[in-house]
This record gives sequence, structure tokens and C-alpha cells, in this order.
Amino acid sequence: MKAFVPIAVVIAALAAVPLVVQSNVVLNFLVVALMIALAGAGWNILGGYGGQYSFGNAAFFGTGAYATAILQLHYGVNAWLGFCAGIAAGAAVGAIIGALAFRAGLRSSYFALVTLAFAEVLRILASVAPITGAGVGLLIKLDLRAQSFQFQSRAIFYLIILALLAAALVIAQLLERSRFGAWLIAVRENEDAAEALGVDAFAVKLGAMTLSAAVTAAAGCFYAQYFLFIDAGIGYGTWISVEALLTPIIGGAGTVFGPLVGALVVKSLGEGAKLITGDVPGLDLMIYGAMLVLVIGFAPRGLVGAFTDARVFVARRVMAARPPRPPRAPVEETTHG
Amino acid sequence: MLSPLILITAVLNGLMTGAVYALVALGLTLIYGVLHIINFAHGALLSAALFAAFFAYQQLGLDPYLAALALAPAFFALGYALQRFIIGPASHGDDRNMLLVTLGLAVLIENALLYAFRANTRTIDLPYGFRSLDLGFTFLAVPRVIAFAAVFLVALALWAIMALTDTGKAIRAVAKEKLGAELAGIDVAHVYAMTFGLGTACVAIAACLLIPTYYANPSAGNAFVLVAFTIVVLGGMGSVPGALIGGLLIGVVESLAGFFFGESLGQVGIFLIFIAVLLVRPRGLFGASA
Repeated sequence: MKAFVPIAVVIAALAAVPLVVQSNVVLNFLVVALMIALAGAGWNILGGYGGQYSFGNAAFFGTGAYATAILQLHYGVNAWLGFCAGIAAGAAVGAIIGALAFRAGLRSSYFALVTLAFAEVLRILASVAPITGAGVGLLIKLDLRAQSFQFQSRAIFYLIILALLAAALVIAQLLERSRFGAWLIAVRENEDAAEALGVDAFAVKLGAMTLSAAVTAAAGCFYAQYFLFIDAGIGYGTWISVEALLTPIIGGAGTVFGPLVGALVVKSLGEGAKLITGDVPGLDLMIYGAMLVLVIGFAPRGLVGAFTDARVFVARRVMAARPPRPPRAPVEETTHG
Repeated sequence: MLSPLILITAVLNGLMTGAVYALVALGLTLIYGVLHIINFAHGALLSAALFAAFFAYQQLGLDPYLAALALAPAFFALGYALQRFIIGPASHGDDRNMLLVTLGLAVLIENALLYAFRANTRTIDLPYGFRSLDLGFTFLAVPRVIAFAAVFLVALALWAIMALTDTGKAIRAVAKEKLGAELAGIDVAHVYAMTFGLGTACVAIAACLLIPTYYANPSAGNAFVLVAFTIVVLGGMGSVPGALIGGLLIGVVESLAGFFFGESLGQVGIFLIFIAVLLVRPRGLFGASA
């Protein structure tokens, strides 16, 4: 249980925020940041732990969002049920794309391309199909009741997204400690070697992709309920694929807290830049792109990794500052020949 | 009743669009053939080149076809510097990192353009922009015919560089066997950067050929690059003839699909081909190995 203490502490601290801050602007910022962190936590399962870099997580985000909206609008399904169905739909899309891509043995550049292509196909289809509202998008009817998953107060939405994120962090932590997670990391480090040791790489990657898609889809479902609007450019747009990948990479891919740290840092920088220079389009994304290049260049294990390294560095310096221990007896040298 | 002449016109138009696709794909496939990564910044660089060609005409009155002579070396230098000083050092020799760095650069360049020039679409009016060639049964826009011819000149020049110069030989050596080339004294970082530069120069020329009939906009390049990905995969990653033939083929497919099913479904057709090729034959039609 000790491994879950940091998660509990962080989530408890974040849960206390609405008690201190009532500003809607701040809460809105946090809700969006946590939503991106959730999408990133999804990417992190397959990308961070499994080493399969998807460039098309929009396919899952959009499917979740559209499924939630369509079920409510066209079929009168309860919003909470729609939310769960959205997650399932996203997972199904992930499983289908994963089965096709991994069966074909696609890796690295090829895998990135095929995921991107699927997201684009879905985007174009969603922008012409009548059921997705074509170019206009879908508007969920305003109905501020708890059973419709709509709330007047942003604080409640904030707690919901926080709960979803907590679940995602727990999943990541469980993954790290499970046999399945070990297989997944083995596949990331060396797929051929892992297979030689008896790991079914196809099944492991497929399982990770389905789980990854489900978590990213949850972020999409939440988007639909929070903004009550979805269109093809938002749901299946490249922006979410990029942000879902950006946050764990910057925070630290393959770490539990990477996506959360990445999302908070990236979103703060983006919003901060907007505050300083006024709302000029492109500036926040410019910073994201530069951050991505800089982090890979100077902190390849992300901010969490850099923090760990810094701690080790400081600890070493502290050790070095202490008086040296008496030297050990020299090892007798062996001579050859 | 469908007249065969309309179909022929659609095919001809497809071939001319396809030629420019092929040029963009040529740059992409060149980079893939040597560095073994997809350059996700290709589209953003194309957008940047479209802006460069636009301002060359608007500010300096430079004809786009003349501007190509200046922009190609300039973008070669840009590509060289990007690979040598940013992508190479930042990725620590890891393919996945390289992929991410090019994606980061794509986001950076595209949004820097958006920041500087806003989302406005800019076009130029050339005196001969609307002139067309009368073939008797149909008309072809002059700028597009020029573009078609120019692509083959560029492909020829590229072939000459690869086949006849020492640099070309070094590039081919690195593409085939990186470690062996390194042992033979070839500076791999330099060759990588040269290749990236050549690929980026292709994009600059493509932009100059496009700007008379197309527009400059921060995301204008993306439409081409997604198609170029398809072409590169279809033609076989790293294959130059594959990129040329694939480009023409995709141009015709898009034109005909758009003709029969409407514009947006034509695009879906391209992506479906793309996915199908990736899943069924990832080494493409001409690629030697995946």
C-alpha cells in the first residue's frame, strides 16, 4: 500500500484547492489541465510504459466525446450511462486499431503514421456524417441536474475530473507493480528479446492499447459533458493527439506522475504567456513545441526524471561534503600470464 | 452521360496535382531512406516555404519560379542546420526521440507562423496566373503545367546528385550501412544533415511551384504532407521512383474520387489506401524492406 501514498497525498492536496480558491477562471484552468493530464495518462500507458508512440490519440478522445453526446441526443440515454458507453467505445476503437496495426507488425514511424491516419479518417468522416452533426457539431442540451451529469458549480466538475485522474494514476501504479506491466516494459526495451523470453508481445501491446484508449476516451467523454459541445476539429483534431503525447513526454514518460506534472507545467506556461502578451493565437502551442524539443534534448526522462536525477545529484554532493570514510583495504591485483 | 473527355481532363488534372505531391513526398522519402524516421516537420516547413515564396513576390516582386532558385539553397541551409544543431543532438541517437523532436518542431514552426502572420490566407496574383493551355478538348492551367515539368527536372537533378557526386555516394552509403559508412570515414552527422537539407530544399521548390495556384497559410502544408505520407508508404519508404509514381497515382486517384464522390470523401479514399497499404504491405509497392 505504501506505493499508493504519494498518489493519495497529491490527490488530497488537489482536492483541497476548491476550498481555498473560488475563482472560476482558476478552476476552469485546472479542470482543463487535469482533463489533458487524463488524456496524457492514457497515452502514457501504451507510449510511456510500452514504447509505442501513438500520434493519433484523438481517435479515442473523439470517439468517447461523440459516443457520449450521440447516445444522449439521439437515443435519450442517461448521461452517466453515456459516459461509461463512451469509454467502452473508445476502448473498442483502440482495440480495433491496435489489433490491425500490431498484427501487421507496425513499429516506430509506421505505428505513429497509422494511428495518425486513423484519427484523420475519423475526423473527416465526423465532419461529413449526419449523425455527428457534420460540419456544425453536436450541442448537448443544457439541463443542470446531477442525473444529467451537468452542474452549475465548476468545483463539482473539478472533483469529478480529479477522481477520474486519481483512477488513472492508480491504474499506472498498479501497472508498474504488475506482471503485465513488467511484460509491457520488457516489450518497450526490446521487443524481440521479450518475445524470446516467452512474452506474447502482440497480446501485451493490444491490452495496453485498449486500456490506453479507454483512459483517453474518458477525457473525451468529460470534455463533452463539461463544454456540452463537440465537433470534428475538437474531437478528432490533431491538437488533442499532440497534447496527449506532449504532457507525459514533458512530465516523464513511463512514470506515474509524468502526465500530471507535464499537464500542469505545460498549461501554466501556455496560460502565463497568454497573460503576458495578450491572447495571440499560436503562442501557447509555440511554447509547447519548444518545450517538447528542449525536454527531449536536455531531460530525456522528462521533468520527473530530471527531478529524480537532481535529487541523486544533491545527495551525492552532500555525501561528498562529509569527511571521507577510511579507505578499504586495496584489492590484491592478479597478474595474468 | 459521362464524356470520356471529362474523365481525361480529370486524369490530367490529377497528374499535375500528383506531380507536386510527388515532389513533397520525394523530400520525405529521401529523409526516411537515410535517417529511417518520418519527418513530421515536413508540413510545417512547407507552410514556411509557402510564406517565403509569398513574401518574395509581394515584397520583392520576385517571380515564384525565380524565387525557387534562391529559396531552395536557403531552405537547404535551414534543413541542414535543423538536423545538425537541433534534431540530431536533441534526439541522442534514438529513433523515437527523433520522431518526437520533428513533431515538436512541427508544432513550433506552424504556430510561430500563426503567431507572426495570423490565420489569414494569402494568395498572389501573377500576370499569367490564369492563363491556360488549349489542348483542343480541354484547358490546362499554365502554372500547373510548369509545375508538372519542373518536378521532373528536380527529380532528375536529385538523381544526378545521388548518382554522380561524392556527397550522393556518401548518402547512399549511410542509407545502406550506417556503421560501415562511419568506419569508412564518412561523417554520418554531416550526411544526415545534408539529406535533411536536400529534403527541405524539395519542399521549398514545391512551395514555389504551388504558390501561383495555391495559398500561404500557417497550416497550408499539412494537407500536402498527409498525402505525402500516403505516397511515401505506397511507393515504399526511401524509394525515389516509388515517390514519383506513387505521387502521380495518388493525384489521379484523388482527382477521380473527388470527381465521383465529392471532395471530402476523395480524401478519405486516400487515407483508406494509406491504411490498407500500411497494414497489408508496409514496405510499399517499390520498397525493398519494411
